[in-house]
Amino acid sequence: MTTEVSVTVNGETYHVPDVEPRLLLSDFLRDLLGLTGTHVGCEHGVCGACTVLVNGDSVRSCLMLAVQANGAEIITVEGLGSPEELNVLQTEFREHHGLQCGFCTPGMLMTGEDLLRKYPLATDEDIREGLSGNLCRCTGYQNIVAAIRSAAVKRTEKAS
Amino acid sequence: MSSDRRANPSDVLRPRNVGAPIKRTEDPRLLTGNGEYTADRKPDRPLHLAFLRSGQPHARIERIDTSAALGAPGVIAVLTADDIADDFKPVIPFSRMPNYHATPIVPLASRKVRYVGEPVVAIVATSRYLAEDALELIEVDYEPLGAISRAELAIADGAPLLHEEAGTNVLLAREFKKGDVGADLKAAAVRVGGRFEMTRKAPLAMEPRSYAAEYEKRRDAITLYTSSNIPGIVRDAVSESLGLPGHRLRVVAPDVGGSFGSKGSLYPEELLICIAARKLRRSVKWTADRLEDVSSSSQAFAEIVNAEMGFDANGIATSLQADVIGDVGAFSIYPWTCGLEPVQVVSFLPGPYKIGSYRGVVRGVATCKPPTGPYRGVGRPISTFVTERLMDLGAAALGVDPLEIRRRNLVRAEEFPYRIASGIIWDKTGFTECLDAAAEAVGYGQLRKLQAEARKQGRLFGIGIASYAELTGIGSRIAVAPGMPINTGSETAKITIDSTGAITAAFGVASHGQGLETTLAQIVADDLGARFEDVRVIQGDSDEVPMSTGTYASRSAVLGGGAAKHASKILQEKIKRVASHLLEANADDIEVTEGRAIVLGTDRAVTFKQIAKAVYSDMKTLPVEAREELTATYTYDPINGTTAAATHIAAVEVDPATCFVRILKFVVAEDCGRIINPMIVDGQVHGGVAQGIGAALLEELIYDEDGQLLTASLVDYMIPSAPEVPLMDVVHIESESAVAGGFRGMGEGGTIGAPAAIANAIADALSPLGIGVSILPMTPERIFKLMEQAKGREDE
Repeated sequence: MTTEVSVTVNGETYHVPDVEPRLLLSDFLRDLLGLTGTHVGCEHGVCGACTVLVNGDSVRSCLMLAVQANGAEIITVEGLGSPEELNVLQTEFREHHGLQCGFCTPGMLMTGEDLLRKYPLATDEDIREGLSGNLCRCTGYQNIVAAIRSAAVKRTEKAS
Repeated sequence: MSSDRRANPSDVLRPRNVGAPIKRTEDPRLLTGNGEYTADRKPDRPLHLAFLRSGQPHARIERIDTSAALGAPGVIAVLTADDIADDFKPVIPFSRMPNYHATPIVPLASRKVRYVGEPVVAIVATSRYLAEDALELIEVDYEPLGAISRAELAIADGAPLLHEEAGTNVLLAREFKKGDVGADLKAAAVRVGGRFEMTRKAPLAMEPRSYAAEYEKRRDAITLYTSSNIPGIVRDAVSESLGLPGHRLRVVAPDVGGSFGSKGSLYPEELLICIAARKLRRSVKWTADRLEDVSSSSQAFAEIVNAEMGFDANGIATSLQADVIGDVGAFSIYPWTCGLEPVQVVSFLPGPYKIGSYRGVVRGVATCKPPTGPYRGVGRPISTFVTERLMDLGAAALGVDPLEIRRRNLVRAEEFPYRIASGIIWDKTGFTECLDAAAEAVGYGQLRKLQAEARKQGRLFGIGIASYAELTGIGSRIAVAPGMPINTGSETAKITIDSTGAITAAFGVASHGQGLETTLAQIVADDLGARFEDVRVIQGDSDEVPMSTGTYASRSAVLGGGAAKHASKILQEKIKRVASHLLEANADDIEVTEGRAIVLGTDRAVTFKQIAKAVYSDMKTLPVEAREELTATYTYDPINGTTAAATHIAAVEVDPATCFVRILKFVVAEDCGRIINPMIVDGQVHGGVAQGIGAALLEELIYDEDGQLLTASLVDYMIPSAPEVPLMDVVHIESESAVAGGFRGMGEGGTIGAPAAIANAIADALSPLGIGVSILPMTPERIFKLMEQAKGREDE
């Protein structure tokens, strides 16, 4: 039994026929849509590398089935900015050396986007708490926190 | 001794890129989802592998029935050891070490299994989902042979033998000796000691191991994309095993999502995927899931150290003796052997200290667990833990401050080069400078006052210091692993300016997060006289240089960087020669900078593009003999390598109710010589310390008595997340080093110092209760038990 899944990803609409109900959203994005920016680190919802935004909320794409995303609007790391034109958060990650191997980075960025959009992030502890569902093994988090802090400041400046 | 002179004055004055916090070249692609990790490869209609792994710790394989699996939807092939017996030669992790038994590495378990997670059957199917479905249909009958779950059990009388050919479970035994330890201990004013243990740990890179064997039918060739930090070693080993020459086997490490050692050995799956691709004449992909990665990638530590240190009345450490038993798992790993980790513990136990006499014995013992292998710091996290605990125990026994006892025992500036009691030679490094700088940065005196106040309030507040030294950038005189026949002493750089004037610098080293594309380009830009943004660095590709062993053992900045400097210099001389023709000036009067050759003191200049055109495309401008190809290759060998050192200081508070340890302050003062990119160096320290925090407080692979892994998910195997890692302060001491460029390796250090510093801080915090720290990680459960025991003692 298969079904068609229609989704909008990064502003582009896809109608994908013959999707198995058991197919993970992460595999759907990577293998069927070719969007390999979303990384799979644990497949049990702990590491956060596969985080994407589904209808504006951060979601672990390894814990969601593709069929559940039918009709949804999804943003992946590919939807944030391009190598030539990084968005604010991506720019701050680069400025503050918030990434090393880059594997957890797409998940960090998507969680970071979600945090920046929804929360005031008054203290660095708030940022660390917000990131507690995303594991990084390279950076010790210090520069990721600094990057999100800086992006938060830039967003506030822009808004005022 | 070394093939290099010290950096000459003009090198010091001119650099523009080396030393600057240049933004990484890697970042734009990695930040936008445009990186390419092995699992992102999209070969034509790839097949997918899934492995049936042993659920038995030690058993004879009686029967394997794959017939039902073969008929399952999407299944192309089912492979057992028998099916591939003629397709490869076992890979032997050879070593010249005496008292060592090599154990052959094979792609699939043959006749018996030796740990839970060992691959037994491989299924090749049209999708990963279908391959995993078919695993359920395979039947294997096992005859249990008895689990060996702990090292002590492996050496007990009557223990079952894991490798019958070896005739023993002790796969290696060694002894290091200097002076008369027995006499010195007897004469010591104070003797301290104990049984210390660091439990088994997972390196746990965020990217699980992943391989893609891309098959080229027209010439029976394979390109193996692998999440490896040793693509050159993998190429040579697979080539030998499969009888496939290097020009038909290319091994590429594309973007690699961390390793920390777990991707730094040859794996059975790498052999199997190449065998399958060749057999089926199709491209094949495999990516481990997290369970597979945790339970089959090389693991770390798992050592018990019984050690004793003697001090004279002045607090000078006179003698050290240690008995190390390493639980090395079921196999000796390629190429490093099972000696890598435990032998290194014994080699480094005297640390940065002038201890007079030493005796260290080590045994590596086979158990029913995955092999231990390289992990960030290799041996030194434990040797540092033990020695630094002994220093603190000695300080307490003598009533000397922990800072002071280290100051009395560290090798001092005027004493380098210094050969420590285990035979390692430290070159000039800022040991005492790091100690002083860390103490100053942390505000040691003030911190002790804070501690006194906290103690008055009954709070469990502790301060811990750890100093260590490590060998980095090791050259050909010392084998990275004991007795290993592979040349780990050199690396090659090949720099080319092509006919368009573009600069490409190719290396065999293989970055997996260190940012080598950036740092090597910084070096090339300065030494060639190019603009940073014009240098493209290629690395991690076995086709680019004839031989390379990759990135490990904190060697790439030293060896890759050294090769880059030399090759740049040779190419710059060629550029000057061509420019002297074009500008009609003496080559000595030409300076090369920013991608142009300029006659000193004039505005006469030619660009690299013009030079390339004159050499390659223009038949008239230059005489034939002056048209030298604009390329330079240099293989650099630092012969001995160089030392790196640091002091870590941690302040912690233990919550007596929850037994959680909170790290209040963490300072690192480190000496990695001349810094190529301070931003990257700080990042490496931060990440290393975070892993050290994991080792000190959280991370433990727990195997039960039946050899079953109880902590195989990221819920049960906890690595530090953002709230557990404190803000870190990093101070740099830049001592001069004799290797090219003055660089010292530094990627591992954070993980070496942090566990010891935190252990000492916890011991200090708990000292009012009479509790010591002798095992890591100090989980809340362990602290709770120790506190309960202490209460029990009080009640008696």
